Amino acid sequence: MSSKSVKLPIIAFPSTAELVPEPLGVVLVISSWNFPFGLSLEPLIGAIAAGNAVVVKPSELAPASAAVLAETIPSFLDNKAIKVIQGGPSVSQQLLQLKWDKIFFTGSAEVGRMVMAAAAKHLTPVIMELGGKCPAIVDSLSSSWDRQMAMKRIIGGKFGTCAGQACIGIDYILTEKKFAPILVEQIKVLMKNIFGENPVEAKSMARIVNKHHFLRLKQLLDDPLVKSSIVVGGSLDENHLFIEPTILVDPPLNALIMKEEIFGPLLPIITLENIEESIDFIKDRPKPLTIYAFTKNRRLRQRLIFETSSGSVTFNDTIVQYAADTIPFGGVGESGFGRYHGKFSFDAFTHEKAIANRNFLTDFWFRLPPWSDYKLQLFKSAYRFDYLSLLLITLGLKKSWSGSSNSTQSSPPPKTTNY
Amino acid sequence: MEALDGLEQSLTELRQTFTSGRTRDVAWRKDQLRAILKLIDHNEAKINLALHQDLCKHPVEIYRDEIGVVKKSANYSLSCVEKWMAPKKGRIPWLFFPSRGEVLPEPYGLVLIFVAWNFPISLALDPLIGAISAGNTVVIKPSDLSPACSAFLASTIPLYLDPTAVRVIEGGAHVAEQLLQHRWDKIFFTGSHRVGKIVMSAAAKHLTPVTLELGGKCPVIVDTLSDPSEIMVAAKRVAGGKWGPCSGQACIAIDYVLVDRKFAPILIEFLKKIIHQFYGENLKNLKYLSRIVNKHHFARLCSILEDPRVAASIVYGGSLDENNLIIEPTILLDPPLDSEIMTEEIFGPLLPIITLDNIHESIEFINLRPKPLAIYAFTKDEKFKKLVLMETSSGSLTFNDVMVQFLCDELPFGGVGQSGIGRYHGKYSFDTFSHEKAVLYRSFFLELEPRYPPWNEFKLQFLRFAYIFDYFRLLLLLLGRKLQQMFASSH
Repeated sequence: MSSKSVKLPIIAFPSTAELVPEPLGVVLVISSWNFPFGLSLEPLIGAIAAGNAVVVKPSELAPASAAVLAETIPSFLDNKAIKVIQGGPSVSQQLLQLKWDKIFFTGSAEVGRMVMAAAAKHLTPVIMELGGKCPAIVDSLSSSWDRQMAMKRIIGGKFGTCAGQACIGIDYILTEKKFAPILVEQIKVLMKNIFGENPVEAKSMARIVNKHHFLRLKQLLDDPLVKSSIVVGGSLDENHLFIEPTILVDPPLNALIMKEEIFGPLLPIITLENIEESIDFIKDRPKPLTIYAFTKNRRLRQRLIFETSSGSVTFNDTIVQYAADTIPFGGVGESGFGRYHGKFSFDAFTHEKAIANRNFLTDFWFRLPPWSDYKLQLFKSAYRFDYLSLLLITLGLKKSWSGSSNSTQSSPPPKTTNY
Repeated sequence: MEALDGLEQSLTELRQTFTSGRTRDVAWRKDQLRAILKLIDHNEAKINLALHQDLCKHPVEIYRDEIGVVKKSANYSLSCVEKWMAPKKGRIPWLFFPSRGEVLPEPYGLVLIFVAWNFPISLALDPLIGAISAGNTVVIKPSDLSPACSAFLASTIPLYLDPTAVRVIEGGAHVAEQLLQHRWDKIFFTGSHRVGKIVMSAAAKHLTPVTLELGGKCPVIVDTLSDPSEIMVAAKRVAGGKWGPCSGQACIAIDYVLVDRKFAPILIEFLKKIIHQFYGENLKNLKYLSRIVNKHHFARLCSILEDPRVAASIVYGGSLDENNLIIEPTILLDPPLDSEIMTEEIFGPLLPIITLDNIHESIEFINLRPKPLAIYAFTKDEKFKKLVLMETSSGSLTFNDVMVQFLCDELPFGGVGQSGIGRYHGKYSFDTFSHEKAVLYRSFFLELEPRYPPWNEFKLQFLRFAYIFDYFRLLLLLLGRKLQQMFASSH
């Protein structure tokens, strides 16, 4: 909250300047159904820390959580400054017609577009935390310890995080053709250890949020070419809205499962001749929220960092970047814009006001008309921070400013580089 | 010429250039920044001519507001770009040991810069400097209301900058609409808030992030000053801040004055003297003032003055020269607050002075209106300064001067609320055209087992302690578990 002093160049002496963070006003937080508490309260923390009044609109697809938030928030927080408004799309639409000082949205790109379009009518700044198809590159790891660790993190991260219904969940794997069978075997072993024989009973996995999404996922598997690529799992329990952790190897790239964000417990493994092809594969697709890569190959890591773009990149692990408050969390391109977590949350809901403090005594007297060549020379020196020149010209010891053309001269353009 | 033949082709080429990676290289970026400096150095005369044609700007005003600004920005970016490009370390908590985190700036890709007509050179090149420093490919769309400058940019930029990475596309609203239908990785817009809304709505279709540098009614609060030399300084700065930048056609120009009723006459007298000194005594002898950009805006400003109540409040000036599109510096005293001159951004050389019973009322006056891009306040009262600072909101706030905040590369330049979204200048320009990618390096070595199922009470407890970074209790928990396991195995 404290203001930051800003160092100005000597020419500005004795002026001072600072940056003062101030709240934006009344902000709207729209949260998603997959982490209904986290995605409501984490942005709320940022908004409050920055000093705003807040309306939280939890998702109606997580009604029990929304109800808990609506009941408990007023009992613990200042209910004149923070309110929870429940409801479905019509409530959201009404909220979006109003003028907010900021809108923080977590959800799908489709709804994100509508939110931003509504915000545009009032020139309301927005943060879009969207999703995308987050790939996990799995290099051919020679050490069995490394392999086990990698696969544990992948399947723990994929199926253990809201059954794959997470923006930073792994959407699909990229690996070399020869390594894929080893991966699949490793997965089969680990799957049982982690999720047990009966995940529904063991409650080791979340269910699909509702029938609509269950049927959407079922439809992804209905494609016969996709179905035939299943190597693990594939069974569906409509009563419990449960889908078994499912692994597929090389479903067709033009199938829906490889074109849209899966957001469920289906994990395609796409095989490549050479792991370096993964870079082009990713570049050919929209920028994801996160890229994961399990590799010890330094060159691959460098190439990945510099040749692809994503909200973030995590090496040799999954999901944990979410918990690090010192690095920003947010997307780029289709995965969103803006960021939060830690101080980034505070900044997301803050306007940094620039303050310049001048006095009546000193002045750049040459900045006011009437104009003369003398004043022009002073400007030229001032903009170059050429204090010596300034002094000399002021004292009348320097007549012309060398190194720049006069207003009557100009040189032909030099074409020095061929592009 | 409104046709946009080959736009698709052009954009594809620009994207290919970006994909090739050439614009990422620091050498390329520095070359382009140097090219901008050369462009300015070799073409001062042409720039002066174009700005004279479009706005009748004087060469010294041009240097002060356009050429000098761009040179300063380019030099600053040139000296800092390498530092800005470097990854920043992010400290990762011990819980994640061994890990390393960093934040790496990367360019967005292909960006679009819309330029306003009032500073047609600097509002094109200053954002361009930011976009290039950040490593993007760029399309610049100058305003068709400043056609000479637009033509200058379109013909000169390809001679100095990499034409496969930076292009200028000229045209009017029709061309802008076509551009907005395409997907951009970032759009940077300077202009009115009416058009800003159109740009943001179009950007929403592709979820393109935008920076909108808009305007607003920038007030200047002038507290009652007793020392005549200080009143002179204040009045000079107010005059310079109103009529100096493009005859008031500037986003950070002073729009209106708020002053104590008793002090108003004194201020007005000083202002009149200064107008004579700076600009001349009447319409026929006016010097050093830009003209109004075109007939449409001239007519707009005329109609503001046609309101009889507004006309009656004129205390100085008011003369108009339609042939030359010149309006005399005009001062009005207390025009009605519901008249257009007080409800819309003036963007011209008309200066309303609003009187208050007490200067402290200026705070509420400002707060009842949309947040402006800048607030100026001339006062020596430290308590009052604090009140203005804490109780108003604006893009920036400057005490005892005007406009200078625009020149500091160390200060972010941007609005809030209706005055805009985002900011630039100095490193903020680099940041506005960059995506900061978070990179986390983990190792295969250690594992936090409690993050995976099967779930049990131990894991829950572990997570409870972990999230509050209670390493001591975590250690006890782990020791306790180890002991438990040892006992269990020995039985």
